[in-house]
Amino acid sequence: MKLSNKTKVLEQGEMTLAERMYLPAIVGGMATTLKHFFSKPVTIRYPEQQRYLGPIYRGHHILKKDEQGAERCTACGLCAVACPAEAISMVAEERKKGEENLYREEKYAKVYEINMLRCIFCGLCEEACPKEAIFLRHDKMVPVFSTRDEVIYGKDKLVENMDQRYLRDGWK
Amino acid sequence: MELMNDVFTAKAIFIGIVFAITLGIAAYSTYFERKIAAFMQDRIGPDRAGPFGILQPLADAVKMFMKEDFIPANSNKWLFIAGPCLSMLTALMTSAVVPFGDTVTVAGVTFDLQGIDVNIGILWVFGIVSLGVYGILVGGWASNNKYSLLGAIRAASQNISYELAMGMSIIAILMLSGSLSTKAIVETQQAGHWNILQQPIGFVIFLICAFAECNRTPFDLPECETELIGGYHTEYSSMKLGFYLFAEYINMFISGAVMATLFFGGYDYPGYSFVAAQLGSNAAAFIGMGALIGKALLFVFVFMWVRWTLPRFRYDQLMGLGWTGLIPLSMFNVVVTGFGILIDQPILAGLGGIVILFVGLFVNDALSRKKKIA
Repeated sequence: MKLSNKTKVLEQGEMTLAERMYLPAIVGGMATTLKHFFSKPVTIRYPEQQRYLGPIYRGHHILKKDEQGAERCTACGLCAVACPAEAISMVAEERKKGEENLYREEKYAKVYEINMLRCIFCGLCEEACPKEAIFLRHDKMVPVFSTRDEVIYGKDKLVENMDQRYLRDGWK
Repeated sequence: MELMNDVFTAKAIFIGIVFAITLGIAAYSTYFERKIAAFMQDRIGPDRAGPFGILQPLADAVKMFMKEDFIPANSNKWLFIAGPCLSMLTALMTSAVVPFGDTVTVAGVTFDLQGIDVNIGILWVFGIVSLGVYGILVGGWASNNKYSLLGAIRAASQNISYELAMGMSIIAILMLSGSLSTKAIVETQQAGHWNILQQPIGFVIFLICAFAECNRTPFDLPECETELIGGYHTEYSSMKLGFYLFAEYINMFISGAVMATLFFGGYDYPGYSFVAAQLGSNAAAFIGMGALIGKALLFVFVFMWVRWTLPRFRYDQLMGLGWTGLIPLSMFNVVVTGFGILIDQPILAGLGGIVILFVGLFVNDALSRKKKIA
Protein backbone atom coordinates (compact mmCIF):
# COMPACT_ATOMS: atom_id res chain seq x y z
CA MET A 1 0.00 0.00 0.00
CA LYS A 2 1.20 3.47 -0.73
CA LEU A 3 1.54 5.87 2.14
CA SER A 4 0.58 8.85 0.06
CA ASN A 5 -0.80 9.37 -3.38
CA LYS A 6 2.04 11.66 -4.33
CA THR A 7 4.07 9.07 -6.23
CA LYS A 8 3.73 9.26 -9.96
CA VAL A 9 4.75 6.40 -12.16
CA LEU A 10 6.47 7.74 -15.25
CA GLU A 11 6.18 5.65 -18.32
CA GLN A 12 8.68 6.40 -20.99
CA GLY A 13 7.25 5.28 -24.25
CA GLU A 14 9.15 4.65 -27.43
CA MET A 15 10.78 7.80 -28.78
CA THR A 16 8.93 9.48 -31.59
CA LEU A 17 10.51 10.10 -34.96
CA ALA A 18 11.33 13.72 -34.12
CA GLU A 19 12.99 12.66 -30.87
CA ARG A 20 15.04 9.99 -32.58
CA MET A 21 16.32 12.46 -35.15
CA TYR A 22 17.85 14.65 -32.39
CA LEU A 23 17.83 17.70 -34.64
CA PRO A 24 14.63 19.39 -33.33
CA ALA A 25 15.88 18.99 -29.76
CA ILE A 26 19.31 20.31 -30.74
CA VAL A 27 17.78 23.37 -32.38
CA GLY A 28 15.64 23.94 -29.29
CA GLY A 29 18.67 23.67 -27.03
CA MET A 30 20.63 26.07 -29.18
CA ALA A 31 17.75 28.56 -29.03
CA THR A 32 17.88 28.35 -25.24
CA THR A 33 21.61 29.01 -25.09
CA LEU A 34 21.29 31.87 -27.58
CA LYS A 35 18.61 33.42 -25.39
CA HIS A 36 20.99 33.29 -22.44
CA PHE A 37 23.78 34.65 -24.63
CA PHE A 38 21.90 37.94 -24.84
CA SER A 39 20.60 38.02 -21.28
CA LYS A 40 22.24 40.02 -18.53
CA PRO A 41 25.03 38.29 -16.59
CA VAL A 42 24.34 37.72 -12.92
CA THR A 43 28.00 37.99 -11.91
CA ILE A 44 29.00 40.29 -9.05
CA ARG A 45 32.65 41.34 -9.51
CA TYR A 46 33.43 40.67 -5.88
CA PRO A 47 36.24 42.83 -4.60
CA GLU A 48 34.90 45.87 -6.48
CA GLN A 49 31.19 45.16 -6.16
CA GLN A 50 29.78 43.84 -2.94
CA ARG A 51 26.38 42.45 -2.30
CA TYR A 52 24.43 43.63 0.78
CA LEU A 53 24.50 40.68 3.10
CA GLY A 54 21.68 41.71 5.44
CA PRO A 55 21.56 43.46 8.83
CA ILE A 56 22.48 40.36 10.82
CA TYR A 57 25.54 39.23 8.91
CA ARG A 58 28.27 38.22 11.34
CA GLY A 59 31.51 39.80 10.24
CA HIS A 60 34.32 41.70 11.90
CA HIS A 61 34.13 42.02 15.72
CA ILE A 62 33.78 45.41 17.32
CA LEU A 63 34.01 46.53 20.96
CA LYS A 64 31.38 49.26 21.25
CA LYS A 65 31.78 52.49 23.20
CA ASP A 66 28.88 54.36 24.73
CA GLU A 67 27.66 57.79 23.65
CA GLN A 68 30.29 59.54 25.80
CA GLY A 69 33.06 57.53 24.20
CA ALA A 70 33.72 55.24 27.17
CA GLU A 71 34.32 51.54 26.55
CA ARG A 72 31.38 49.39 27.57
CA CYS A 73 33.36 46.20 28.17
CA THR A 74 33.83 45.29 31.79
CA ALA A 75 35.98 42.21 31.25
CA CYS A 76 33.46 39.88 32.83
CA GLY A 77 34.67 37.07 30.59
CA LEU A 78 31.23 35.79 29.64
CA CYS A 79 32.09 36.09 25.95
CA ALA A 80 35.22 34.00 26.47
CA VAL A 81 33.18 31.38 28.34
CA ALA A 82 30.52 31.37 25.65
CA CYS A 83 33.00 31.10 22.82
CA PRO A 84 32.88 27.51 21.50
CA ALA A 85 36.17 27.95 19.68
CA GLU A 86 37.98 29.49 22.66
CA ALA A 87 39.11 32.34 20.51
CA ILE A 88 38.70 35.13 23.06
CA SER A 89 41.10 35.95 25.86
CA MET A 90 41.35 39.02 28.06
CA VAL A 91 43.16 40.59 30.99
CA ALA A 92 41.04 42.65 33.41
CA GLU A 93 42.20 45.81 35.16
CA GLU A 94 40.68 48.12 37.75
CA ARG A 95 39.72 51.57 36.58
CA LYS A 96 41.94 54.29 38.04
CA LYS A 97 40.76 57.73 39.14
CA GLY A 98 40.48 60.07 36.19
CA GLU A 99 39.74 57.29 33.71
CA GLU A 100 35.95 57.57 34.02
CA ASN A 101 35.66 59.05 30.56
CA LEU A 102 37.57 56.11 29.10
CA TYR A 103 35.81 53.17 30.72
CA ARG A 104 32.17 53.04 31.74
CA GLU A 105 32.44 50.40 34.47
CA GLU A 106 34.88 50.16 37.37
CA LYS A 107 36.64 47.25 35.77
CA TYR A 108 37.79 47.12 32.17
CA ALA A 109 39.71 44.91 29.76
CA LYS A 110 43.32 45.99 29.61
CA VAL A 111 43.96 43.35 26.95
CA TYR A 112 41.23 41.93 24.76
CA GLU A 113 42.31 39.54 22.06
CA ILE A 114 40.45 37.48 19.48
CA ASN A 115 42.27 34.82 17.55
CA MET A 116 40.75 35.11 14.11
CA LEU A 117 42.03 31.70 13.06
CA ARG A 118 39.99 30.13 15.86
CA CYS A 119 36.92 32.31 15.60
CA ILE A 120 34.04 30.64 13.79
CA PHE A 121 31.87 33.79 13.65
CA CYS A 122 29.01 32.10 15.46
CA GLY A 123 28.02 35.27 17.34
CA LEU A 124 27.66 33.59 20.73
CA CYS A 125 29.94 36.25 22.31
CA GLU A 126 27.50 38.89 21.12
CA GLU A 127 24.62 36.99 22.69
CA ALA A 128 26.47 36.38 25.93
CA CYS A 129 27.60 39.98 26.50
CA PRO A 130 25.55 41.59 29.32
CA LYS A 131 26.99 45.05 28.63
CA GLU A 132 26.23 45.19 24.88
CA ALA A 133 29.91 45.68 24.30
CA ILE A 134 30.89 43.15 21.67
CA PHE A 135 29.18 42.87 18.30
CA LEU A 136 29.90 41.27 14.97
CA ARG A 137 29.54 43.94 12.33
CA HIS A 138 27.32 43.27 9.35
CA ASP A 139 29.15 45.64 7.02
CA LYS A 140 32.79 44.60 7.31
CA MET A 141 34.61 41.31 7.05
CA VAL A 142 37.84 40.20 8.63
CA PRO A 143 40.44 40.66 5.92
CA VAL A 144 42.50 37.78 4.61
CA PHE A 145 45.78 37.31 6.45
CA SER A 146 48.95 35.87 5.05
CA THR A 147 51.12 35.44 8.17
CA ARG A 148 50.35 34.16 11.65
CA ASP A 149 51.38 37.45 13.30
CA GLU A 150 48.32 39.11 11.83
CA VAL A 151 45.94 36.52 13.21
CA ILE A 152 45.44 37.80 16.75
CA TYR A 153 43.37 40.98 16.84
CA GLY A 154 43.96 43.18 19.87
CA LYS A 155 42.06 46.18 21.16
CA ASP A 156 43.74 48.42 18.59
CA LYS A 157 41.75 46.67 15.87
CA LEU A 158 38.61 45.89 17.82
CA VAL A 159 37.59 49.02 19.75
CA GLU A 160 35.09 51.25 18.02
CA ASN A 161 36.35 54.44 16.41
CA MET A 162 34.20 57.35 17.60
CA ASP A 163 34.57 59.13 14.27
CA GLN A 164 33.05 56.20 12.40
CA ARG A 165 30.58 54.72 14.79
CA TYR A 166 29.08 51.38 13.93
CA LEU A 167 25.32 51.44 13.47
CA ARG A 168 23.30 48.42 12.65
CA ASP A 169 19.97 48.64 10.78
CA GLY A 170 17.22 49.18 13.34
CA TRP A 171 19.45 50.88 15.88
CA LYS A 172 18.94 54.51 16.72
CA MET B 1 62.48 35.20 -64.78
CA GLU B 2 61.62 38.49 -63.19
CA LEU B 3 57.84 37.97 -63.27
CA MET B 4 58.00 34.61 -61.54
CA ASN B 5 60.07 36.15 -58.77
CA ASP B 6 57.55 38.94 -58.26
CA VAL B 7 54.67 36.50 -58.09
CA PHE B 8 56.71 34.32 -55.78
CA THR B 9 57.38 37.23 -53.43
CA ALA B 10 53.78 38.35 -53.49
CA LYS B 11 52.57 34.82 -52.75
CA ALA B 12 55.10 34.46 -49.96
CA ILE B 13 53.89 37.69 -48.36
CA PHE B 14 50.28 36.61 -48.79
CA ILE B 15 50.94 33.21 -47.25
CA GLY B 16 52.66 34.94 -44.36
CA ILE B 17 49.61 37.14 -43.86
CA VAL B 18 47.25 34.15 -43.97
CA PHE B 19 49.52 32.39 -41.49
CA ALA B 20 49.42 35.37 -39.14
CA ILE B 21 45.64 35.74 -39.47
CA THR B 22 45.13 32.03 -38.80
CA LEU B 23 47.33 32.06 -35.72
CA GLY B 24 45.83 35.28 -34.43
CA ILE B 25 42.31 33.99 -34.88
CA ALA B 26 43.24 30.71 -33.21
CA ALA B 27 44.72 32.58 -30.24
CA TYR B 28 41.69 34.78 -29.87
CA SER B 29 39.36 31.80 -30.34
CA THR B 30 40.49 30.63 -26.90
CA TYR B 31 39.43 33.98 -25.49
CA PHE B 32 36.13 34.05 -27.33
CA GLU B 33 35.45 30.44 -26.42
CA ARG B 34 35.61 31.41 -22.77
CA LYS B 35 33.64 34.60 -23.33
CA ILE B 36 30.90 32.83 -25.28
CA ALA B 37 30.75 30.08 -22.69
CA ALA B 38 30.41 32.72 -20.01
CA PHE B 39 27.68 34.64 -21.82
CA MET B 40 25.71 31.48 -22.46
CA GLN B 41 25.91 30.67 -18.76
CA ASP B 42 24.94 34.21 -17.70
CA ARG B 43 28.46 34.98 -16.55
CA ILE B 44 31.01 37.61 -17.61
CA GLY B 45 34.04 35.47 -18.35
CA PRO B 46 37.69 36.56 -18.34
CA ASP B 47 37.83 40.33 -17.73
CA ARG B 48 40.95 40.92 -15.64
CA ALA B 49 43.76 40.99 -18.20
CA GLY B 50 43.35 44.31 -19.94
CA PRO B 51 40.01 45.91 -20.89
CA PHE B 52 37.35 43.17 -21.19
CA GLY B 53 40.16 40.65 -20.64
CA ILE B 54 41.40 41.25 -24.17
CA LEU B 55 44.97 40.35 -23.18
CA GLN B 56 43.94 36.95 -21.82
CA PRO B 57 45.46 34.96 -24.74
CA LEU B 58 48.81 36.63 -24.05
CA ALA B 59 48.59 35.72 -20.39
CA ASP B 60 47.68 32.15 -21.35
CA ALA B 61 50.60 31.95 -23.74
CA VAL B 62 52.99 33.21 -21.07
CA LYS B 63 51.59 30.64 -18.67
CA MET B 64 52.00 27.85 -21.23
CA PHE B 65 55.62 28.79 -21.93
CA MET B 66 56.51 29.11 -18.26
CA LYS B 67 55.22 25.66 -17.30
CA GLU B 68 57.57 22.76 -16.90
CA ASP B 69 57.96 20.90 -20.18
CA PHE B 70 57.59 17.38 -18.88
CA ILE B 71 58.40 14.25 -20.86
CA PRO B 72 57.42 10.99 -19.13
CA ALA B 73 60.33 8.63 -18.46
CA ASN B 74 58.81 5.65 -20.25
CA SER B 75 57.50 7.53 -23.25
CA ASN B 76 58.93 7.33 -26.72
CA LYS B 77 60.69 10.63 -26.56
CA TRP B 78 60.96 11.54 -30.24
CA LEU B 79 57.42 10.54 -31.09
CA PHE B 80 56.23 12.34 -27.97
CA ILE B 81 57.74 15.54 -29.34
CA ALA B 82 56.64 14.79 -32.91
CA GLY B 83 52.96 14.42 -31.97
CA PRO B 84 52.07 18.05 -31.28
CA CYS B 85 54.37 19.19 -34.11
CA LEU B 86 52.47 17.01 -36.57
CA SER B 87 49.14 18.28 -35.28
CA MET B 88 50.21 21.88 -35.69
CA LEU B 89 51.82 21.28 -39.09
CA THR B 90 48.79 19.60 -40.60
CA ALA B 91 46.43 22.17 -39.10
CA LEU B 92 48.38 25.00 -40.74
CA MET B 93 48.88 23.26 -44.09
CA THR B 94 45.19 23.00 -44.89
CA SER B 95 44.78 26.72 -45.48
CA ALA B 96 47.10 26.57 -48.50
CA VAL B 97 44.31 25.75 -50.94
CA VAL B 98 41.52 27.84 -49.45
CA PRO B 99 40.79 30.64 -51.93
CA PHE B 100 40.68 33.73 -49.75
CA GLY B 101 39.92 36.09 -52.57
CA ASP B 102 39.86 36.75 -56.29
CA THR B 103 42.77 37.96 -58.40
CA VAL B 104 44.36 41.22 -57.27
CA THR B 105 47.05 43.47 -58.74
CA VAL B 106 49.34 44.97 -56.13
CA ALA B 107 52.45 46.95 -57.14
CA GLY B 108 52.19 45.69 -60.70
CA VAL B 109 52.02 42.03 -59.69
CA THR B 110 48.85 40.10 -60.46
CA PHE B 111 48.16 37.10 -58.29
CA ASP B 112 45.32 35.14 -56.70
CA LEU B 113 44.52 35.58 -53.01
CA GLN B 114 45.10 31.89 -52.53
CA GLY B 115 48.14 29.98 -51.32
CA ILE B 116 48.21 27.60 -54.25
CA ASP B 117 45.54 26.77 -56.81
CA VAL B 118 46.08 23.08 -57.46
CA ASN B 119 43.61 21.07 -59.51
CA ILE B 120 43.19 18.62 -56.64
CA GLY B 121 42.38 21.37 -54.12
CA ILE B 122 39.67 19.67 -52.12
CA LEU B 123 41.54 16.36 -52.16
CA TRP B 124 44.48 18.20 -50.63
CA VAL B 125 42.22 19.36 -47.80
CA PHE B 126 41.05 15.81 -47.25
CA GLY B 127 44.54 14.37 -47.40
CA ILE B 128 45.88 16.83 -44.85
CA VAL B 129 42.87 16.45 -42.56
CA SER B 130 43.41 12.68 -42.65
CA LEU B 131 47.05 13.18 -41.80
CA GLY B 132 45.99 15.37 -38.90
CA VAL B 133 44.89 12.30 -36.98
CA TYR B 134 48.51 11.11 -37.00
CA GLY B 135 49.47 13.94 -34.67
CA ILE B 136 46.92 12.73 -32.15
CA LEU B 137 47.65 9.07 -32.69
CA VAL B 138 51.44 9.45 -32.46
CA GLY B 139 51.17 11.65 -29.38
CA GLY B 140 48.72 9.31 -27.67
CA TRP B 141 50.76 6.23 -28.43
CA ALA B 142 54.11 7.76 -27.48
CA SER B 143 52.77 8.81 -24.07
CA ASN B 144 52.85 5.18 -22.96
CA ASN B 145 49.66 5.72 -21.02
CA LYS B 146 46.53 3.67 -21.48
CA TYR B 147 44.22 6.67 -21.30
CA SER B 148 46.24 8.53 -23.90
CA LEU B 149 46.21 5.49 -26.13
CA LEU B 150 42.46 5.04 -25.76
CA GLY B 151 41.93 8.68 -26.63
CA ALA B 152 44.16 8.36 -29.65
CA ILE B 153 42.37 5.21 -30.84
CA ARG B 154 39.04 6.95 -30.44
CA ALA B 155 40.28 9.93 -32.43
CA ALA B 156 41.55 7.71 -35.21
CA SER B 157 38.43 5.57 -35.57
CA GLN B 158 36.16 8.58 -35.27
CA ASN B 159 38.00 10.51 -37.97
CA ILE B 160 38.04 7.55 -40.33
CA SER B 161 34.32 6.93 -39.82
CA TYR B 162 33.28 10.50 -40.42
CA GLU B 163 35.61 11.08 -43.36
CA LEU B 164 33.49 8.66 -45.38
CA ALA B 165 30.28 10.65 -44.97
CA MET B 166 32.22 13.88 -45.42
CA GLY B 167 33.71 12.61 -48.68
CA MET B 168 30.29 11.54 -49.94
CA SER B 169 28.85 14.98 -49.23
CA ILE B 170 31.78 16.52 -51.13
CA ILE B 171 31.10 14.26 -54.11
CA ALA B 172 27.72 15.94 -54.52
CA ILE B 173 29.50 19.31 -54.61
CA LEU B 174 31.98 18.00 -57.15
CA MET B 175 29.11 16.80 -59.35
CA LEU B 176 27.82 20.37 -59.44
CA SER B 177 31.15 22.12 -59.97
CA GLY B 178 32.79 19.50 -62.15
CA SER B 179 36.19 20.29 -60.69
CA LEU B 180 38.27 19.43 -57.64
CA SER B 181 39.90 22.85 -57.60
CA THR B 182 38.63 24.97 -54.73
CA LYS B 183 38.96 28.06 -56.91
CA ALA B 184 36.70 26.52 -59.57
CA ILE B 185 34.19 25.47 -56.89
CA VAL B 186 34.02 29.05 -55.64
CA GLU B 187 33.76 30.46 -59.16
CA THR B 188 30.72 28.34 -59.95
CA GLN B 189 29.02 29.87 -56.90
CA GLN B 190 29.57 33.53 -57.77
CA ALA B 191 26.75 36.10 -57.79
CA GLY B 192 24.66 34.43 -55.12
CA HIS B 193 24.43 30.89 -56.59
CA TRP B 194 25.70 29.44 -53.35
CA ASN B 195 25.85 25.68 -53.02
CA ILE B 196 23.87 25.75 -49.78
CA LEU B 197 20.75 26.39 -51.88
CA GLN B 198 21.35 23.26 -53.92
CA GLN B 199 22.91 21.14 -51.19
CA PRO B 200 21.05 21.65 -47.90
CA ILE B 201 21.37 17.98 -46.91
CA GLY B 202 25.01 17.92 -47.98
CA PHE B 203 25.73 20.95 -45.83
CA VAL B 204 24.16 19.42 -42.72
CA ILE B 205 26.18 16.24 -43.26
CA PHE B 206 29.37 18.21 -43.82
CA LEU B 207 28.76 20.34 -40.73
CA ILE B 208 28.21 17.32 -38.49
CA CYS B 209 31.29 15.63 -39.93
CA ALA B 210 33.33 18.79 -39.42
CA PHE B 211 32.42 18.69 -35.74
CA ALA B 212 33.63 15.11 -35.57
CA GLU B 213 36.81 15.82 -37.55
CA CYS B 214 37.77 18.71 -35.29
CA ASN B 215 37.11 16.57 -32.19
CA ARG B 216 34.68 19.19 -30.94
CA THR B 217 31.70 18.69 -28.67
CA PRO B 218 29.40 16.75 -29.03
CA PHE B 219 32.02 14.45 -30.59
CA ASP B 220 34.98 15.29 -28.35
CA LEU B 221 35.39 11.74 -27.13
CA PRO B 222 39.17 11.63 -27.71
CA GLU B 223 39.62 14.12 -24.87
CA CYS B 224 36.66 13.04 -22.80
CA GLU B 225 37.62 14.03 -19.26
CA THR B 226 35.02 11.93 -17.51
CA GLU B 227 36.33 8.72 -19.02
CA LEU B 228 39.90 9.35 -20.14
CA ILE B 229 41.33 12.03 -17.83
CA GLY B 230 42.62 14.25 -20.63
CA GLY B 231 42.47 11.78 -23.50
CA TYR B 232 45.36 11.81 -25.94
CA HIS B 233 47.00 14.82 -24.26
CA THR B 234 46.88 13.46 -20.70
CA GLU B 235 50.69 13.35 -20.44
CA TYR B 236 51.32 16.62 -22.20
CA SER B 237 52.22 19.85 -20.51
CA SER B 238 53.53 23.29 -21.33
CA MET B 239 53.61 24.43 -24.94
CA LYS B 240 53.26 20.88 -26.31
CA LEU B 241 49.79 20.80 -24.78
CA GLY B 242 49.39 24.34 -26.05
CA PHE B 243 50.15 23.14 -29.60
CA TYR B 244 47.47 20.47 -29.39
CA LEU B 245 44.88 22.93 -28.15
CA PHE B 246 46.03 25.52 -30.66
CA ALA B 247 45.80 23.02 -33.51
CA GLU B 248 42.19 22.33 -32.55
CA TYR B 249 41.31 26.01 -32.82
CA ILE B 250 43.16 26.37 -36.12
CA ASN B 251 41.27 23.34 -37.42
CA MET B 252 38.02 24.99 -36.37
CA PHE B 253 38.82 28.15 -38.27
CA ILE B 254 40.05 26.28 -41.34
CA SER B 255 37.05 23.96 -41.42
CA GLY B 256 34.87 27.06 -41.15
CA ALA B 257 36.73 28.52 -44.13
CA VAL B 258 36.36 25.27 -46.08
CA MET B 259 32.63 25.15 -45.33
CA ALA B 260 32.30 28.75 -46.49
CA THR B 261 34.24 27.86 -49.64
CA LEU B 262 32.22 24.78 -50.46
CA PHE B 263 28.72 25.86 -49.45
CA PHE B 264 28.59 29.61 -48.90
CA GLY B 265 30.18 31.01 -52.03
CA GLY B 266 33.71 31.45 -50.65
CA TYR B 267 34.71 35.09 -51.05
CA ASP B 268 31.43 35.98 -52.73
CA TYR B 269 29.19 38.49 -51.02
CA PRO B 270 26.03 40.37 -52.03
CA GLY B 271 26.91 43.31 -54.24
CA TYR B 272 30.34 41.99 -55.29
CA SER B 273 30.07 43.23 -58.86
CA PHE B 274 28.71 46.60 -57.67
CA VAL B 275 31.72 47.07 -55.37
CA ALA B 276 34.05 45.94 -58.13
CA ALA B 277 32.55 48.53 -60.48
CA GLN B 278 32.70 51.34 -57.92
CA LEU B 279 36.00 50.75 -56.11
CA GLY B 280 37.90 48.53 -58.51
CA SER B 281 38.47 44.81 -58.53
CA ASN B 282 41.32 45.01 -55.98
CA ALA B 283 39.11 46.48 -53.29
CA ALA B 284 36.33 44.04 -54.12
CA ALA B 285 38.75 41.13 -53.81
CA PHE B 286 40.08 42.31 -50.45
CA ILE B 287 36.55 42.85 -49.13
CA GLY B 288 35.85 39.34 -50.41
CA MET B 289 38.74 38.06 -48.32
CA GLY B 290 37.15 39.79 -45.33
CA ALA B 291 33.81 38.21 -46.24
CA LEU B 292 35.34 34.73 -46.33
CA ILE B 293 37.04 35.24 -42.97
CA GLY B 294 33.77 36.60 -41.60
CA LYS B 295 31.91 33.52 -42.78
CA ALA B 296 34.59 31.29 -41.27
CA LEU B 297 34.33 33.14 -37.96
CA LEU B 298 30.58 32.69 -38.05
CA PHE B 299 31.18 28.95 -38.26
CA VAL B 300 33.65 29.19 -35.39
CA PHE B 301 30.88 30.80 -33.39
CA VAL B 302 28.53 27.96 -34.34
CA PHE B 303 31.17 25.47 -33.20
CA MET B 304 31.35 27.20 -29.83
CA TRP B 305 27.62 27.65 -29.61
CA VAL B 306 27.09 23.92 -30.10
CA ARG B 307 29.85 23.12 -27.64
CA TRP B 308 28.11 25.05 -24.86
CA THR B 309 24.71 23.59 -25.72
CA LEU B 310 25.13 19.88 -26.27
CA PRO B 311 26.47 17.18 -24.00
CA ARG B 312 28.90 14.59 -25.30
CA PHE B 313 27.66 11.60 -27.28
CA ARG B 314 28.28 8.07 -26.10
CA TYR B 315 30.84 6.29 -28.25
CA ASP B 316 28.39 3.78 -29.71
CA GLN B 317 25.99 6.62 -30.50
CA LEU B 318 28.80 8.40 -32.29
CA MET B 319 29.64 5.36 -34.37
CA GLY B 320 25.97 4.60 -35.00
CA LEU B 321 25.31 8.12 -36.21
CA GLY B 322 28.33 8.05 -38.50
CA TRP B 323 27.87 4.63 -40.09
CA THR B 324 24.12 4.08 -40.09
CA GLY B 325 22.94 7.68 -40.20
CA LEU B 326 25.22 9.95 -42.15
CA ILE B 327 26.70 7.59 -44.74
CA PRO B 328 23.29 6.40 -46.11
CA LEU B 329 22.09 10.00 -45.95
CA SER B 330 25.07 11.21 -47.95
CA MET B 331 24.52 8.46 -50.54
CA PHE B 332 20.91 9.59 -50.81
CA ASN B 333 22.17 13.13 -51.28
CA VAL B 334 24.44 12.05 -54.14
CA VAL B 335 21.48 10.38 -55.86
CA VAL B 336 19.30 13.47 -55.37
CA THR B 337 22.03 15.71 -56.75
CA GLY B 338 22.46 13.45 -59.76
CA PHE B 339 18.75 13.61 -60.41
CA GLY B 340 18.87 17.38 -60.07
CA ILE B 341 21.63 17.62 -62.68
CA LEU B 342 19.64 15.26 -64.94
CA ILE B 343 16.52 17.45 -64.90
CA ASP B 344 18.69 20.61 -64.75
CA GLN B 345 16.92 21.89 -61.60
CA PRO B 346 19.41 21.40 -58.75
CA ILE B 347 17.65 23.72 -56.28
CA LEU B 348 14.29 22.05 -56.87
CA ALA B 349 15.93 18.64 -56.54
CA GLY B 350 17.53 19.68 -53.25
CA LEU B 351 14.19 20.74 -51.82
CA GLY B 352 12.50 17.66 -53.24
CA GLY B 353 15.20 15.55 -51.66
CA ILE B 354 14.40 16.95 -48.23
CA VAL B 355 10.67 16.37 -48.75
CA ILE B 356 11.21 12.81 -49.95
CA LEU B 357 13.56 12.17 -47.03
CA PHE B 358 11.06 13.35 -44.45
CA VAL B 359 8.13 11.58 -46.08
CA GLY B 360 10.19 8.41 -46.28
CA LEU B 361 11.22 8.64 -42.64
CA PHE B 362 7.65 9.35 -41.58
CA VAL B 363 6.21 6.45 -43.57
CA ASN B 364 8.90 4.12 -42.31
CA ASP B 365 8.21 5.25 -38.76
CA ALA B 366 4.46 4.78 -39.13
CA LEU B 367 4.90 1.31 -40.62
CA SER B 368 7.35 0.11 -37.99
CA ARG B 369 5.07 1.44 -35.25
CA LYS B 370 2.08 -0.51 -36.50
CA LYS B 371 4.06 -3.71 -36.48
CA LYS B 372 4.94 -3.30 -32.83
CA ILE B 373 1.33 -2.80 -31.75
CA ALA B 374 0.10 -5.80 -33.73
